[in-house]
Amino acid sequence: MTITAIDCDVHPTCTGNDILLPYLDTYWRDSVEERGMGSLESAAYPPNAPITARPDFRGPNGYAATDAAQVTRQVCDRWGASHAILNCLYGVQLIYNEDIARAFARALNDWITKEWLDRDPRLRASIVIPMQNVEYAVDEIERCAPDKRFVQVLVLAMQETPLGRRHHWPIFAAAEKHGLPLGIHAGSNYRNPVTSLGWPTSYVEDYTSQAQGFQSQVASLITEGVFAKYPKLKVVLIESGVTWLPGFLWRFSKFWRGARTEVPWVDRSPSEIVRDNFRLTIQPFDSPSDPHDVERIVEHLRSDDMLLFSSDFPHWQFDGDERIPKGIPDGLRHKILVENPLATYDRLNGASLRESAS
Amino acid sequence: MARHVVAPVADIPPGHRKLVDVNGRAVVVFNLDGEFFALNNRCPHKGGSLCDGKQTGLVQSSEPGEYRYSRRGEIIRCPWHSWEFDIRTGQSWCDPQRLRVRRYPVSVEKGAQLVEGPYKAETFPVSVENAYVVVEA
Repeated sequence: MTITAIDCDVHPTCTGNDILLPYLDTYWRDSVEERGMGSLESAAYPPNAPITARPDFRGPNGYAATDAAQVTRQVCDRWGASHAILNCLYGVQLIYNEDIARAFARALNDWITKEWLDRDPRLRASIVIPMQNVEYAVDEIERCAPDKRFVQVLVLAMQETPLGRRHHWPIFAAAEKHGLPLGIHAGSNYRNPVTSLGWPTSYVEDYTSQAQGFQSQVASLITEGVFAKYPKLKVVLIESGVTWLPGFLWRFSKFWRGARTEVPWVDRSPSEIVRDNFRLTIQPFDSPSDPHDVERIVEHLRSDDMLLFSSDFPHWQFDGDERIPKGIPDGLRHKILVENPLATYDRLNGASLRESAS
Repeated sequence: MARHVVAPVADIPPGHRKLVDVNGRAVVVFNLDGEFFALNNRCPHKGGSLCDGKQTGLVQSSEPGEYRYSRRGEIIRCPWHSWEFDIRTGQSWCDPQRLRVRRYPVSVEKGAQLVEGPYKAETFPVSVENAYVVVEA
């Protein structure tokens, strides 16, 4: 079997804490029951929101993507992905208590290993980390990293403080050391309003505002000097949308020219750093309706290496089987489907993939 | 290229600069510790007057959090968008290969030599015993 496509954003659904009970220590298992901790649902993806799961993906209980067979049937068998990377969005990042966050992050990663990775050799996953405590986050990376099926470290777009801030750097050091890209996925731990203006009052405003969060994280990571310190670190913007990027980079690079003396370690244009160190998944693309405009946006990126195929299953980003936006040049399709993911995720090296796909 | 006497040396002390007219072109002459440099006054970005910018040093870094400050006074920042130009070379910091200010050769000549020519555009009297800044443009 050849590598046909690597789906870089697929969401396994954890429906509640009862699912994680077997993976929690006895103390926490009893605490879930005694304290009545039902689920860690996040306002980022409310169960009934249309974006959370396409109607035809939902099972009788309303949930989609609740087990490995369901996911691989859709993304691998129907859509032809030879491999898929699981990004679990269960709300462990929202918990205030660091110790509970650590316990649930561990349980979640162990659940993913046992109930997903062990069940289908086509699956890979991101390590969910408790960002509430940097030391715990690094410990969790170190704990999971020996399993090479974990190919990425996953964080949310909106954190307590901007990601580039230096107290986060031990996380980047660990990720770089293990060849794990930092995957930044849409979402918030809701410590700050999801807009810089204050709290929005509708879900559409919340979801649309995620792009602002991504922009701020790109600016933070670059200006704080993360890539001067960790030049090999790759960052993947997941479910970020794509078409906002060129305009943002024109603005960012222009201001860098006049204000670069305050961040002298940024010794080349932010646009170049983004092209070298950042990647984006293609769902959603936020496409203009004319395919020619899509082609022009891709030209504005000035790189063929940046886009990674994703279906974002089971989130509802497209209808039918239209996984790749119209207007993506034919010559780029194979790069997006296979070559770029392989070049981004060190742990998806060709040899191990061929082995598991055969 | 003609040589133009643009100012008596005493008019541009070390650390100072002067805007002069060279055959209709605005040129800014800098004195960096006794060495003279002449740049086209027009910023190649949008045309800001470099002579009105801040003269500063070069800040570099070998790692985040470290600021290495050197060559104090040898960088001119355009007053409009703060792009930095190296006074010695005219090169921009942000895009040195593609974006630079035109620079002109400068020399200091004794008045005694100047009265013999061939020099142009003296708009002030040249006396034999003084020294003068001469721009080739």
